[in-house]
Amino acid sequence: MATKDATRTQRADGTGVEAKKKHSLPDKETCELVLSKMMLIRRFEERAGEMYAKAKIGGFLHLCIGEEATIVGGTQALRDTDYLMSTYREHGQALARGMPATEVMAELFGKVDGCSKGRGGSMHLFDWERRFLGGYGIVGGSLPLSAGVALACDYRETEEVVLSMMGDGATNQGTFGETMNFAALWKLPVVFLVINNQFGMGTALERHSAVTDLSKKSEGFGVPGTRCDGMDVLDVHAVVSEALEKARKDRQPRLIEAVTYRYRGHSMADPEEYRTKEEVEEWRQRDPIASFCKRLEEEGVLSEQEVENLDQQAIETIDEAVKFADESPFPELDSLYDDIYVLEGDRAPAWWSVDERTPEVHRGEEEREAGELPHELAERGAAYAGVGERHARGRRDEQRAQEGEGEAAAETPEEEGGAD
Amino acid sequence: MAVMRYREALGQALREEMEADENVFVMGEDIGVFQGAFKVTQGLLEEFGERRVRDTPISENSIVGMGVGAAMAGLRPVVEIMTVNFSLLAMDQIVNHAAAIRYMFGAQVKVPMVIRMPGGAGHQLGPTHSHSFEALYQHFPGLLVAVPSIPADAKGLLKTAIRDDNPVIFIEHETLYGQRGEVPENGGPMRFGEAIVRRAGDDVTIVAISRMALTAQKAAEALAEEHEIEAEVIDPRTLRPLDLDSILDSVKKTNRAVIVEEGWPHGGVGANLAALIQEQAFDWLDAPVQRVTGADVAMPYSKPLEQAAFPHEEHVVHAALATFRDV
Repeated sequence: MATKDATRTQRADGTGVEAKKKHSLPDKETCELVLSKMMLIRRFEERAGEMYAKAKIGGFLHLCIGEEATIVGGTQALRDTDYLMSTYREHGQALARGMPATEVMAELFGKVDGCSKGRGGSMHLFDWERRFLGGYGIVGGSLPLSAGVALACDYRETEEVVLSMMGDGATNQGTFGETMNFAALWKLPVVFLVINNQFGMGTALERHSAVTDLSKKSEGFGVPGTRCDGMDVLDVHAVVSEALEKARKDRQPRLIEAVTYRYRGHSMADPEEYRTKEEVEEWRQRDPIASFCKRLEEEGVLSEQEVENLDQQAIETIDEAVKFADESPFPELDSLYDDIYVLEGDRAPAWWSVDERTPEVHRGEEEREAGELPHELAERGAAYAGVGERHARGRRDEQRAQEGEGEAAAETPEEEGGAD
Repeated sequence: MAVMRYREALGQALREEMEADENVFVMGEDIGVFQGAFKVTQGLLEEFGERRVRDTPISENSIVGMGVGAAMAGLRPVVEIMTVNFSLLAMDQIVNHAAAIRYMFGAQVKVPMVIRMPGGAGHQLGPTHSHSFEALYQHFPGLLVAVPSIPADAKGLLKTAIRDDNPVIFIEHETLYGQRGEVPENGGPMRFGEAIVRRAGDDVTIVAISRMALTAQKAAEALAEEHEIEAEVIDPRTLRPLDLDSILDSVKKTNRAVIVEEGWPHGGVGANLAALIQEQAFDWLDAPVQRVTGADVAMPYSKPLEQAAFPHEEHVVHAALATFRDV
């Protein structure tokens, strides 16, 4: 697979890289925090998968199980004032950044209390307050955005830094080279973290990238690259922390490749014909949570019982999140045309966004002031999609609640298209 | 009133808005040291420095993407794309991000940016530098689209675009940059969504965008002199929001409509307007709506071919006369 690296050595069994020297453990409180975040992500993703099977979640669902050390190690290196941007596989990043599991799960359920009001779904989580500037559905699409946010940080002469995450597949996009060049040329305070989970959807790294040591791919553009063991939360944290400080103090962007593994399929509609069960099992031997727990217990930081308690807490938090998401209403159909535009101030009563004006001319999209027409259009659209009348939907929800967790998905999603 | 060129009016708008708001900055290919491919940004680098006048590498998708990111973080970028054709490289960032981000993130963030780009034929720039994509950009919810035809509008609309909290596609015309016109002293911003009647008339409504508004006015004079037909020429000035009411009011008065654009006929600005007019004012129409468009070809280089590929005065006259044919 990948070539040797000056800072990290390739493991003989092919499961990624490792630091030459073990990092020492931080204090107990930090260990607990890091572990509980990783556990929360793991439990969240497991439940999200179940909820998808029960048709509570639609569309595509990309789980990050196996990547928890990379996510938490990276995000723990951030200050509260720093920015984080991510890909469409970003539930973990959102949770790690402190977003409530309730809001994340509700977004997956398409509910109004979701962080993006049900508009974005699994791939488009966002939390301005916590400076988590989004999951993005276009591979490599968020890279120039993150450089733009870094430009704003620099323009205002702040100490803020952007941590811009991408998958291994994104390193093949044009925006990768363009953004690396921009970042180096303009000395932007940004750190790129490549989450190399070995596959761009179903295409293995060595089948999609001529250079498989991804930390080398930015160097020709002037962004120094390094690697870390993406299965070791302490290693990721150490390497990302150093890079963030470099970006903050010296205005030198860096790229880090975290070598990790995705245990689950690309999305829920993935027959996983591109890899063997044995390969997955080998990587599972390096499970980032199990190995961290083992070490904490071996070094006497946490007892088995304490670890168990943390896991139980995570499970309870997710139970609450599912309950919250279930009980949250769907967005009002009247809100369909809300927030397409910022419509403050002096606005001409012109035609902004609704292109159905019969029988009456429909004046300016002052959102709810637009009257009945957008509502009718929305109802018509919902009826067409088989969602039914609003009261009928309400009844169906009640029925579902009575039946317990709901039924299995009536339809399995189509095979992955070009959507991601 | 001061008389100035279209490019100077644009430059003045940029300068005034940069002076007024520290968050406004410009970036694009060769806008600084080179002074801009069409000299709109002339002098800005000297005046505002490299922090606020940023020459970029040739990376259109990422130039726009960085603008979107900077706008999300609170700045007000004005991005210049050298010609509309190059904006196609940035379509991902324009459509998937600039237009959608506010909506898809539940209104937690806004994208106050302007993407300026010149289009249009006439300078023999050939098939990759002189197309007209107004129809394309008016298609996307989330974007605003301005198509100024005279210096006063260029300045007023650009000032509004910069102050607006939405992403604005600002389409300039390559052959208009040198055109002179009166621009009000201390001219303020100009509201989007207000069409203007360039010439009043009772016999036929001619809706024309960008440079075609000028062509249509000449055609209207010819119609009056040679055919005793008084045409009303309407320049929508912005395509999103669209002042459809002004267009419909005129059509209800004249009972005839001609739409003039440089873009392609299929799915064009005219196609859309013709549909809206017949939906909204069918009973007032005395003749089918006529469209005058560019030829349905990639823009050719050779001068006679290029001239044949976009509308001129006589095409507009012909279309207007067609609305008077006995049915």
